Amino acid sequence: MKHLIAALLLLLSGAAHAESIVLASTTSVDNSGLLAKILPVFTAQTGIEVKVIAQGTGQALATAAHGDADLVLVHDPDAEAKFIAEGHGLKPVEIAWNDFLFVGPKVDPAHIAGGTNAITALRAIAATGTPFVTRGDKSGTDAAEKRLWKKAGIAPQGQGWYRDIGGGMGAALNAAAAMDAVLLTDRGTWLSFQNKRNLVPLVEHDPSFINRYDVIELNPATHPTAKLTAAKVLAQWLASREGQTAIGALALGGEQLFHPDAGKPYLP
Amino acid sequence: MGSLWEAVSLSLWVSLSATLIAAMLGITLAATLALSEFRLRRACVLAVNAMMGLPPVVIGLCLYLLLSHSGPLGWLGLLFTPMAMVLAQAVLATPIIAALVHRALEQRWAEFSGPLRVFGATRLRAIPTLLAMSRRAIATAILAGFGRCLSEVGAVLIVGGNIAGHTRSMTTSIVLDTSMGDFTSALALGFILIGISLAVSAVGISLGGHRL
Repeated sequence: MKHLIAALLLLLSGAAHAESIVLASTTSVDNSGLLAKILPVFTAQTGIEVKVIAQGTGQALATAAHGDADLVLVHDPDAEAKFIAEGHGLKPVEIAWNDFLFVGPKVDPAHIAGGTNAITALRAIAATGTPFVTRGDKSGTDAAEKRLWKKAGIAPQGQGWYRDIGGGMGAALNAAAAMDAVLLTDRGTWLSFQNKRNLVPLVEHDPSFINRYDVIELNPATHPTAKLTAAKVLAQWLASREGQTAIGALALGGEQLFHPDAGKPYLP
Repeated sequence: MGSLWEAVSLSLWVSLSATLIAAMLGITLAATLALSEFRLRRACVLAVNAMMGLPPVVIGLCLYLLLSHSGPLGWLGLLFTPMAMVLAQAVLATPIIAALVHRALEQRWAEFSGPLRVFGATRLRAIPTLLAMSRRAIATAILAGFGRCLSEVGAVLIVGGNIAGHTRSMTTSIVLDTSMGDFTSALALGFILIGISLAVSAVGISLGGHRL
């Protein structure tokens, strides 16, 4: 057994020098520092270098569909289902969750602070015409926000207070900080964001705020040239006890950023 | 701090390589346009001048589509590598260098084509003399091209992918730091970038022979 492991390690480290894969992932996972923290551990163990392209979920899936990535790590169930239905990916494996929250200016013109219900908050925002920043970039967070508006039965598009900034999470937070607007953010980016100004958390812990991250291996039938073997090693490592521990260890200001949950249904 | 110098050195070598390629292509193109006669020559000159202002994001997008694995040049495996960034910057800098060098060569050729021909120089053999006469203008053109390469962000972000430690340049780092609200790091890199670009301009002005 020992010989087998040694041979395997030798094989992996031998492959290491040449082996590098492209992981198409989202800004929320990258900007929060998660990947920068856990990938060096993975590379040290396996010799596989991982190059991270941090994009919105929509763009990350498009990058992989073009054949320009070897593995994806994203967080938009609807977009993922479409990606798989189009034959690009295998079954998604959930590896972690964190949550979304509404942040906004301290003065709280919509009087939503302290709430735990996203829908009530959105109705109050629409009723008071409180400035609201949307990313409008087809990212996972953008899709989650659009789903919440739909659930609230409100079509905010085109309203003066609904501002589509067409950018990443950080750009949206900068914009909201500058305009004293409310927005939906993932907790990881929020905690690591350094230009909060007047922004504070307003609405948290609604069950529909759960934000699940899935890793998706590419379909060998449609992406035969992708580095599928090395990608599988990373996908399996992320779901392994070691990868899960590394994911769970990331904390900022005493708050855990991602909750590892591979192989079990998530607990809100 | 380590990543800061990584970004600085990546920016410098990518932009220097791109400028070198653009200089070779641009000067060749400029000499061809200045000294040869062919139909549509004026149209070509006009096109090269017009392309000085190519929008980087569009060039980035076109190159992305070409270099993508599903694109015609995907087999090269260049997408998301520093080489793709070099390519994008070279495309942007070539017309700048070509147009500026062409102006100088055309002017010199108008002035000196008579004497050069008296000494028996063919158009082809006149090229080295003309280039030597225009060396200051050529140096200025190359520095202008380098400035364009170094400060460019739209194209390298798309074709490089802003991968940490691999394709993260000064400009793409600034974009990322700004988006994370880390204005201190963004400004620090910004000042380094401005410093390099001012130094390059200063060299350019002194080579151009202008008195300050």
